[in-house]
Amino acid sequence: MSTFLGMPVHAPRGVGHLRGDESFPAAARTALGDSQLRRNLQHATTTIRGKSGRVIAELPDWQELRSAGSALKASTMARLPELLEQLEEKVTAAGGVVHWAADANEANQIVTDLVRATGSQRVIKVKSMATQEIGLNEALEAAGITPVETDLAELIVQLGNDKPSHILVPAIHRNRSEIREIFLRAMPGVDPKLTDDPPVLAGAARRYLRETFMSTTVAVSGANFAIADTGTLAVVESEGNGRMCLTLPETLITVMGIEKLVPTWQDLEVFLQLLPRASTGERMNPYTSMWTGVTPGDGPQNFHLVLLDNGRTAVLADEVGRQALHCIRCSACLNVCPVYERTGGHAYGSVYPGPIGAILSPQLTGVEDNASLPYASSLCGACFDACPVKIDIPSILVHLRNQAPHPRTEAAVMAAAAYTMDHPRLYRSAQRAAKLSRIAGRRGRGLPPPLNGWSASRDLPAPPKETFRDWWRNR
Amino acid sequence: MRIALFVTCLADTMFPAAAKATVLLLERLGHEVVFPQEQTCCGQMHINTGYQKDALPLVKRHVRTFEPYDVVVAPSGSCVGSVRHQHAMVAGSDAGLAARASAVAARTYELSELLVDVLGVEDVGAYYPHRVTYHPTCHSLRVLRVGDKPERLLRNVRGLDLVELPAAEQCCGFGGTFSVKNADTSTAMLADKMRHVLDTGADVCTAGDASCLMHIGGGLSRLQTGVRTVHLAEILASTEA
Repeated sequence: MSTFLGMPVHAPRGVGHLRGDESFPAAARTALGDSQLRRNLQHATTTIRGKSGRVIAELPDWQELRSAGSALKASTMARLPELLEQLEEKVTAAGGVVHWAADANEANQIVTDLVRATGSQRVIKVKSMATQEIGLNEALEAAGITPVETDLAELIVQLGNDKPSHILVPAIHRNRSEIREIFLRAMPGVDPKLTDDPPVLAGAARRYLRETFMSTTVAVSGANFAIADTGTLAVVESEGNGRMCLTLPETLITVMGIEKLVPTWQDLEVFLQLLPRASTGERMNPYTSMWTGVTPGDGPQNFHLVLLDNGRTAVLADEVGRQALHCIRCSACLNVCPVYERTGGHAYGSVYPGPIGAILSPQLTGVEDNASLPYASSLCGACFDACPVKIDIPSILVHLRNQAPHPRTEAAVMAAAAYTMDHPRLYRSAQRAAKLSRIAGRRGRGLPPPLNGWSASRDLPAPPKETFRDWWRNR
Repeated sequence: MRIALFVTCLADTMFPAAAKATVLLLERLGHEVVFPQEQTCCGQMHINTGYQKDALPLVKRHVRTFEPYDVVVAPSGSCVGSVRHQHAMVAGSDAGLAARASAVAARTYELSELLVDVLGVEDVGAYYPHRVTYHPTCHSLRVLRVGDKPERLLRNVRGLDLVELPAAEQCCGFGGTFSVKNADTSTAMLADKMRHVLDTGADVCTAGDASCLMHIGGGLSRLQTGVRTVHLAEILASTEA
């Protein structure tokens, strides 16, 4: 017997970072005018694209791996409830405590209460998208607890009172002279003679973070994968700072989106081949930390796993859109996206930028709260080709555009156009009217809004003397 | 072979030269071209802008119009892409229509696909004495996967100096209504595309899509670059005589 509990809810408003302050076109306009940002992004995305492309080309079975990753994710999503319960059982049996958080508010409250119970005033953090999504740092700060980001780029973002602009490289919008200024301004105990030499900057962060690692007893992490079969959590990172957080403190709290599951250990084999090559362009990930509950005398002796929904069940309910939950947060789609390369991540208003953000954020919040994001793409398809788990991002964008609220005038014009196109006589009249486009000024330069968006930088073609149809009839 | 021309509403109305060239080229190669009069628009603009319900009658019309023909050709990668990858989806729960749409889609080809795959021609006997660069439009490249078929056709054109376009696979920024809804971002993408076109020193930028050429050409014209955009079909239809 089952009881219908209603449709799943979206991520709540007023908490976390899934919604921007302005629409994508407005935010993009500002970003496009920032020449330093454009330069940083162009350089960084081109570099990662090249590196990733080279190591992917080494694998003769890359396409088969992508298909395997896609199939594993589809099968996991199809039996997510059972697998989550299995994970809970295994984590609990291994000495961990599992918490279920329906949304950002619940997750923030659970984590805050857990930290308070330890008496610690500070937590060290492993780079995590889920905790950025729910605004955990703000919630902890409001409770008088200081979160310290230990991923170098996240630290740059945090010290700069900034927002991440890339999933993998959150400070991609900053260059080294900007990073030097941020460190000088905000890093406790920083050497005032700091230069912008990258090893010097890294050295400054290392000194600050080492002190913090050694003096903090609670860590908060996300998770890249959770293995239902064994109750094992996995974090994949490049710096080793994550491993410090995962092994040194007494208490470890992991916040994980419910879609991060894989059924068995063996499945991880596929994803650990896909992720580094698609993401950082590495053959093998440098630091892959895995832990199962608590091991007496080794590592954190208290482990809490917070399973976060925050709109994911609503995404799962959409047969087309649910593929967005297959994402392994590699950022390959950002790095190949011609829109992202020019606007950067902040224009998307959400911690999930780029093509994946354009399909994930509107689904987590409800499309009306992120109505411009599904349109933030030319549908060029580069993201689909780059995705290591073959998420058909362009199709989902089109699917979400169909759900998005439409401006009333646009809807009327579209309906009229469709009616015209379905009546060949009207269509032929409209074609003749197109020849009158001269009234819009020479080569369309006098077009009215919103069509002047086109004519601001492009001419219209000169209207032909006769349509093809007329030519065909007269030949 | 008897080939039905799916002219596309854009070529019919704004770029008849590309459509005429398609007809003349196929006739020169010894084929019969027919033009079903009831065709209008495949509905791609409606589908991609989020108006699937409005697109449904257009999909029905397209299927009805082209069902009687064994082979359909369009001088557009993007419109063929819509027919092949979107029409059955728009049909939705109407399984009968979806099946008919899929059947039409399976017989519908973009021009370079028709020439190389169906007709088995790579040298169409064309003559075009110009320096040309080819932009592989996104939907030809990543939806239809036409690969290097257009370049193979171009390399066999007498007199033509084909120069490689840097960062060719990057979108020109058109994206249909994207160019209006996100006009600034679209322009930023176009600026880079134009820079690459100009870097080649070509007189002509060609592609298999009138829509992308309208975009690139609109920018090149506005800046008075002197570089013109010419549809692939027009180059292949050109002869010495």
